[in-house]
Amino acid sequence: MSFDCSVAVIAGGLSFEREVSLRSGQRVADALRERGYRVGGLDADHQLVETLASGEFDVAFLALHGRFGEDGTVASILELLGFPYTGSSFDASRLAFDKLAAKSALRRAGLSVPSAIPLTEGALRELGVGALLDRAMEELGLPLVVKPNRGGSALGIRLIERPDQLPAALMAAFGYDDTVLLEQRVVGTELALSVVDGLATLPAVEIRPKEGWYDFSARYTHGAAEFRVPANLDPATATRCLESAHAAHLALGCRDISRVDAILTPEGTCQILEVNTGPGLTSTSLVPMAADAAGLTFSDLTTHLTDRAIARRPR
Amino acid sequence: MPLSFCLMRADDPFRDRYARGTRSMTASEIRALFAVASRPEIVSLAGGMPFTAALPFDAVGDVLDEVLADEGPAALQYAGGQGDPRLREVLTELMRLEGIRGSGGDVVVTEGSQQALDLLSRMFCDPGDVIVAEGPSYVGALSAFSQYQVEVCHVPLDDDGLDPDSLAATLERLERDGRRVKFLYTVPNFHNPAGVTLAAGRRERVLEIARRHNVLVLEDNPYGLLGFEGDPPDALRALDPDNVVYLGSLSKVFCPGLRIGWALVPPALRERLILVKEAADLCSSSFTQAVAYRWFSSYPWRETLKGLREVYRERRDVMLDSLAEDVPAGVTWTRPAGGFYVWARLPDHLDARAMLAKAITARVAYVPGGAFYADGQGSSSMRLSYCFPPPDRIREGVRRLAGVIDEELALARALGGLPAEDPDSDQGRPAGWGGVQ
Repeated sequence: MSFDCSVAVIAGGLSFEREVSLRSGQRVADALRERGYRVGGLDADHQLVETLASGEFDVAFLALHGRFGEDGTVASILELLGFPYTGSSFDASRLAFDKLAAKSALRRAGLSVPSAIPLTEGALRELGVGALLDRAMEELGLPLVVKPNRGGSALGIRLIERPDQLPAALMAAFGYDDTVLLEQRVVGTELALSVVDGLATLPAVEIRPKEGWYDFSARYTHGAAEFRVPANLDPATATRCLESAHAAHLALGCRDISRVDAILTPEGTCQILEVNTGPGLTSTSLVPMAADAAGLTFSDLTTHLTDRAIARRPR
Repeated sequence: MPLSFCLMRADDPFRDRYARGTRSMTASEIRALFAVASRPEIVSLAGGMPFTAALPFDAVGDVLDEVLADEGPAALQYAGGQGDPRLREVLTELMRLEGIRGSGGDVVVTEGSQQALDLLSRMFCDPGDVIVAEGPSYVGALSAFSQYQVEVCHVPLDDDGLDPDSLAATLERLERDGRRVKFLYTVPNFHNPAGVTLAAGRRERVLEIARRHNVLVLEDNPYGLLGFEGDPPDALRALDPDNVVYLGSLSKVFCPGLRIGWALVPPALRERLILVKEAADLCSSSFTQAVAYRWFSSYPWRETLKGLREVYRERRDVMLDSLAEDVPAGVTWTRPAGGFYVWARLPDHLDARAMLAKAITARVAYVPGGAFYADGQGSSSMRLSYCFPPPDRIREGVRRLAGVIDEELALARALGGLPAEDPDSDQGRPAGWGGVQ
């Protein structure tokens, strides 16, 4: 451990997940201070480059979620500055953040992903693709999920059960990105699979809807889901899912930490929904929850990630 | 992270214990968006913040010094629950400007008029009671009411404010249904969020209808002294002292940081309101009350107010001009004669809430209309504030917003939700209410 290190915890920014990011950042800063690091909190704003270039900090801890953060934007700046930071590189972050590109990479690596049809706003507006929406729905079947292609989040995501719900769902999703995916809805056990390099495998977290299926809008409703750590899976299945998650992490070139969201189908296939390179790090987020179940405190986790970044410091 | 949002609540160890009135208070998508809207890169036409930078700070500083020098120990001490008697007298003088003849003895000072809304709801409302309010209505009032598990029943507005016929019909219907209406909540002047003013000719009628149905009127008037085109008609309280509770505020005519509002109540309500106030917080700040008293008794505050009015009038003009220049056909808006807000209505197929993410990406924010209704109306409307951003930012904000609406209209058309663009469509659209309900 490098107690003499000064850590810039970067959070906030212009992402739609700014608020959660600030909470993650606060939590990370508290945990690192508790372990004796010198810590400064930085908003990902216009002053960021200047502050980092001032030499005040030795390493950056990225607690960013969503666009202008988790998409690699800040990683690219840090790489340019030659500044060590936690988490995935620009390339991997960008790839993971683009759900469509990530799907291709995961599929090439032999992993299962739900089928999806991309729609761009330009194609809809200028090329009359709207006429093909019925065909897309036929191909994927209903219900289906409409989601922004980029945006590491359930923001703008809707479940479509009837064709007449599609236009409003597309309007909402295009609010977040100019490319939207119509994605096959996969039913099964929803899992959050944490991958932290250099640590023993962390247990899977199972997300259990309280009633019926896990409605995406219900993620914003009080007490809509419960969480089970470790997931209620037989050991062989759990291991297989965690191996898939690790393979996904490697396939996208992720580093240090990622959270792989997946669904285990009744047939036993682990379908990977997305790989988050900037997972939530609030006191109740899923990766810390998995770490806790494995006997690691939040301070252990953040210290581990910080030390990995410090070890990458140019000598 | 969305899952984190979910977790913050789903994993909440106290979730089984919350009072019914606060259970619906949860994090939401829209809240997440507003966290970004506060960044300086974004032109926020969302918040209703007074432009405090226009205040004469040297003079305010002098008043603060005087309070400490002349009455420091008392100003830093607890005080009576009803409020500083000197301030209450000054407030009656302010109210006189709107035709109200009231006694300082019937004024209760509160922490902004927002607290008065809370205290009066607490005093009058049981779960299941009904409050009748304009639709749209001030979002802060709806929040205060919702804690007491009341049902808010909206009555539509038009360019002349609350529609008396609809009010009468609504009260009759509620009476037939055996519902208990505790009060009519109204913002008659320069309405938040609608920007309209209750016409003089309607005021007596509204009061008569309320009396006939034995419904108390809660008149919320924070913007009354911020008229740009002459003074608004006399306050409802001036016309009916016995059945109107008048809520005033220094937030817009001075500054919100002092947290000073007040209620002028019929004498029968006074003692109970004071007890409710004392139970809530013992008393309002002695210090800020002393500052406000001195400001309004010894400083030429009318000059400051005149300056503020001029600032807001210019911004209102810029916003209305920009809307007329930039916003695509099919969008209508109100033309406020004072206050802070314009209420704009998009073509029916557009959802202002769904459009907000795109607007914030384009670096402009507004408040989606649904926030101002307790019953899910208002999805194609939005509130635009001109009070805080300087004129060039307002111009830029409206330009960005217009671009977003253009894109959204094109997308809606492509998805079959709107008729194809008609090149001969009427560009001289009415700058009016457009039948917004």
